Amino acid sequence: MSKTSTRVPTASVLYDAPGPRARNRYRLFGVLSLLGVAGLLWYAFTALDDNGQFDPQLWDAFQYNTVQQWILEGLLATLKAFGLAALFSLTLGSLLATGQLSDHRPVRWLCVSFVQFFRAMPLLILIVALYYAFFAKEPMWALVLGLTLYNGSVQAEIIRSGVNAVPRGQAEAAYALGMRKTQVMAGILVPQAVRSMLPSMIGQLVVTLKDTSLGFIITYQELLFIGKKIASQPLNAAGFPYIPVVLVIGPIYILLCLLLTALARWIEARGRRGANRRTSAAA
Amino acid sequence: MGFLFEDDNFALFRDGFLQTIELSALSALLALLLGTLLAAFRVSPVPVLRAFGTTWVTLFRNTPLTLLFFAVTFGLPALGVHFSHLAFAVLALGGYTASFVCEVIRSGINTVPLGQAEAARSLGMGFGQTLTLVVLPQAARTVLAPLSSVFIALPRNSAIAGAFSVSELYSAQQTFSEKGYSIFSIFFWIACAYLVISATVAALFRFLESRLAVAR
Repeated sequence: MSKTSTRVPTASVLYDAPGPRARNRYRLFGVLSLLGVAGLLWYAFTALDDNGQFDPQLWDAFQYNTVQQWILEGLLATLKAFGLAALFSLTLGSLLATGQLSDHRPVRWLCVSFVQFFRAMPLLILIVALYYAFFAKEPMWALVLGLTLYNGSVQAEIIRSGVNAVPRGQAEAAYALGMRKTQVMAGILVPQAVRSMLPSMIGQLVVTLKDTSLGFIITYQELLFIGKKIASQPLNAAGFPYIPVVLVIGPIYILLCLLLTALARWIEARGRRGANRRTSAAA
Repeated sequence: MGFLFEDDNFALFRDGFLQTIELSALSALLALLLGTLLAAFRVSPVPVLRAFGTTWVTLFRNTPLTLLFFAVTFGLPALGVHFSHLAFAVLALGGYTASFVCEVIRSGINTVPLGQAEAARSLGMGFGQTLTLVVLPQAARTVLAPLSSVFIALPRNSAIAGAFSVSELYSAQQTFSEKGYSIFSIFFWIACAYLVISATVAALFRFLESRLAVAR
């Protein structure tokens, strides 16, 4: 995956630097596709407008303090479930990864099958089963536990492959110095692996954040559930504001995910900077 | 465990299983076609198309699938669009997965050695020819492994459709729990069904990889 800075992606050499005729052709395509996209947007707009989705009455709901309060509470509930799930799944992931890298065959076998099973299970099925079996009164814990089991397994795979991706010589050198397995892991391999696996761990956290919306189905009062609650209240004659709700809730989720992704990018860039400095110092 | 073979339970389970497969297959097809198209947009020389592809991927990758299902199931009827629940589910799941397929294919395009595209261009091929005749067929091979994880995730994600009125395995689970069977035995059978599906998809991709693998 790692690309040196001199490597040009293939995508940028798929076409020549355009000459005068090609430039005209690209311009024509550009205008045509711009018209296409504009037509699509226009169609969406008129469809929304014709069906009265821009009727101010339909958007009234968002002016009530109670509704704004609900959205805030829903957002907090989403973030709470996400925070707990992130914490637990990273912990579980580290434990499972340790187990998968263990020298004892039964431990390794147990952890590998645990991880494989929960990675193959649909999260929704898992959460609903937990909800009916143990947490009928507290949907939040069904959601958090389900997210933890699934994402913990995925995190375990990320950590395991990260540790395995550290050059073999590192572990061999450490063993040759007389270090124990625990020392090699904690002192040599994990610190080096963390740098390469942080971006994908945060990527998985984005997935965790998105999956908190499954709480909607088991009636956990998170953002999407609140959205449904707002949308299904016949506030006035204008109808049910499903589309306004989507247009309000959607950007909140997208913004949260983009923030996390930006964090991952930043950490990746920092890691690369450190790696470059180290190689240039060694040379 | 034996409840599955009482009454009409097996028929319900079988129908749910088949519906899950149908939904997954249709969405996979849509995702593959749309994803490839979006990837082509994202590497094209036309800025508008590139922007369109980027916007699509950013929007759909960062929206929870549940919210997409919600938007499609409740939003489109409000706009006067009336499809079956299955078609709505295919739209949501296919559009969501397409954004992941697009990213996978785009990174696959970037792994094809530079010389290939350069040679194609020096033979006088245009962008379309370079992409479809030279680069994409080679990218397809390297892309198989990451694509397999996208398409193994797809049937798992399809469970959410069950909560939006498509009668597949998740709704079979709901019906069984309403009938009062033990949640553990229900979970056991549903889990088996999903494990079978993901194992099949994984085996299919392993087969493709072994057929298409090329020594580099």
